[in-house]
Amino acid sequence: MNIIVCVKQILDPEIPVRDFRVDGAKREAERGSANLVTNIFCENALETALQFREAQGGQITAISCGPEGAEDVLRKALALKADEAALVVNDVASNPDPLFVAKALAAAIGKRGAFDVVMVGREAGDWGAGQTGGLLAEELGVPCISFVESLEPGSTAGTVKVKRQTETGWEVIESTTPLVVTITNHEHNVPRIPKTRDVMQSFRKPLVKWTLAELGIDPATANSYYGVAELFIPRKETQCEFVAGDTLEEKIEGFARRVSDVMRSM
Amino acid sequence: MQDVVCCLFAQSGFDRAAQGILGAGRRLADGLGGKLVAVTIGMANDALNGAVAAVADTVIVADHAPLAEYNPETCLTALAALGKRLQPGAVLLGNDTYSQELAPRLAHRLGGSAAGDAVEVAVADAHLRVTRGVYGGKATAVIELRRSPGVVWVRARAMAPAEADGRPAGQIEKPALDLAADERVKVIARHVEAKEGVRLEEARLIVSGGRGLGGPEPFGQLQALADAIGAQMAASRAACDAGWVPPSWQVGQTGKKVAPELYLAIAISGASQHIMGIADSKVICAINRDPDAPIFKHCRFGLVEDYQKVIGPLREKLSHRT
Ligand SMILES: Cc1cc2nc3c(=O)[nH]c(=O)nc-3n(C[C@H](O)[C@H](O)[C@H](O)COP(=O)(O)OP(=O)(O)OC[C@H]3O[C@@H](n4cnc5c(N)ncnc54)[C@H](O)[C@@H]3O)c2cc1C
Ligand SMILES: Nc1ncnc2c1ncn2[C@@H]1O[C@H](COP(=O)(O)O)[C@@H](O)[C@H]1O
Repeated sequence: MNIIVCVKQILDPEIPVRDFRVDGAKREAERGSANLVTNIFCENALETALQFREAQGGQITAISCGPEGAEDVLRKALALKADEAALVVNDVASNPDPLFVAKALAAAIGKRGAFDVVMVGREAGDWGAGQTGGLLAEELGVPCISFVESLEPGSTAGTVKVKRQTETGWEVIESTTPLVVTITNHEHNVPRIPKTRDVMQSFRKPLVKWTLAELGIDPATANSYYGVAELFIPRKETQCEFVAGDTLEEKIEGFARRVSDVMRSM
Repeated sequence: MQDVVCCLFAQSGFDRAAQGILGAGRRLADGLGGKLVAVTIGMANDALNGAVAAVADTVIVADHAPLAEYNPETCLTALAALGKRLQPGAVLLGNDTYSQELAPRLAHRLGGSAAGDAVEVAVADAHLRVTRGVYGGKATAVIELRRSPGVVWVRARAMAPAEADGRPAGQIEKPALDLAADERVKVIARHVEAKEGVRLEEARLIVSGGRGLGGPEPFGQLQALADAIGAQMAASRAACDAGWVPPSWQVGQTGKKVAPELYLAIAISGASQHIMGIADSKVICAINRDPDAPIFKHCRFGLVEDYQKVIGPLREKLSHRT
């Protein structure tokens, strides 16, 4: 099986609210001292791919679209033993829309050659679009199954079986390959940590870079699907009353009273 | 004049989500000076179609045999065919997982643009504008959709239902659709978790646990507390990822969006992504041993304590009071 995993570099989503700023004029988040990291759901996707390869064999290619610095997330994928990595260098559009990204990724996947499964994250922790997988499937003309937590070979050659989460439980779906799946978090795909030695070695592994021009992508279309008209930090403050008391018993009593006050007013 | 199409899944019935989608659709259609067309997809559901007709100008019943059981590819083919026929200016869906997976692909097939998790949909300069939380809820963005139709999945239960305005009931139609079940993708098993009582999204009381509980066992204690007051259970992503509770319990940006009268967060730090799922709660309160835990910034009241010392006695006190 030939697996492609799409990885996106994003601003660390765990930075505390108090340290988060936006540039309203540029309509972008300010980086400040925050790290750039691999989107968590891309890590879940890579973990799913690694486990599939361990069980069934196969080849994993990590692909990202972003500025030169996005090489970091590909190096990390290589450190986790992805076989190949490719970067679509986009140093023009700072916040391209998901259709632009899907077209760039589709072009890169096409240039690379045949594939069986493309894995993407269910959504990126920065803009939360949750669209790249579906749009990519449309660009590639293949089926797409979303919110997948695990993947195994199907009942016949050329098929895969996935388990995916739904509103009220789960579904098992069998699909022909090639296809796109979007991966969600699950206890069995919590990302592993690369070994230091493998991190060092990742810098010696080959990593191809393609420009947008090489892929026939016009940077002027970076926001013709959608654009950000406004970006701001919402103001909302609640004054928390910390329940006090001389003893633990008093505190719990006070807390219980407030809970039942709310319940009575329902 | 641009019509608005609302896509509803028949199996969910005329629930609060359907009402919210239709409410948002009605207001948008009135703003655009167009008609409101509702498409009900899946198993025949006359009660739903009747209720929807009270709000929509036209109800299109898509209960064709290949749509009876949800299949993403078949459903998408049907919606794209209807979309091409109806030529709407906007298509609205809910925030269930099916709607989320369909929206961008439907937009692609109709030559439009999609956006999701909308808390507001408006029109400005002939474009749809979608307001939503981004950066894990730390910021709010207004996204301008630059192609038409705009395909938007909305936070359905946060949208006000349509007001009764005495309009005549809409037409119910069942158009012919040349539709075959997709050959490539087959749903071979479907499991619906048997959860007692109301669904989490509609619960009025929720007790929720996080990583600070340290394992699956304490969730049993939380369950006893929840049972004592008639609350539903939920959890943070960290607790779900640890496998302590099922993924369907997850609340937050990538979990369920809840809006109870009271949300009790126990050993949950209150990361912005978690808050994104609970911000519509009327009262949030928390038990956490760290007074600086961000959750307290969203609480009406809180208790700084080790949960282990609190849960048992709290359950006892509350079962006496209720
Ligand atoms: C793209 C993205 C999407 C995400 N989506 C979601 C989502 O949908 N839902 C979600 O929940 N998270 C989501 N997250 C994860 C989120 O950022 C946090 O990592 C997560 O919510 C943390 O869970 P927690 O509060 O249970 O754990 P922690 O942050 O580890 O907090 C544990 C808390 O327990 C307290 N505690 C410890 N021991 C005790 C004790 N004995 N008594 C009392 N208190 C104690 C600690 O003080 C601490 O505040 C998402 C993250 C990303 C990047
Ligand atoms: N610039 C990018 N490069 C590589 N993959 C991406 C990029 N943007 C999005 N993706 C993939 O699409 C998923 C969903 O992202 P989004 O649609 O932006 O929420 C991510 O988890 C990635 O797998």
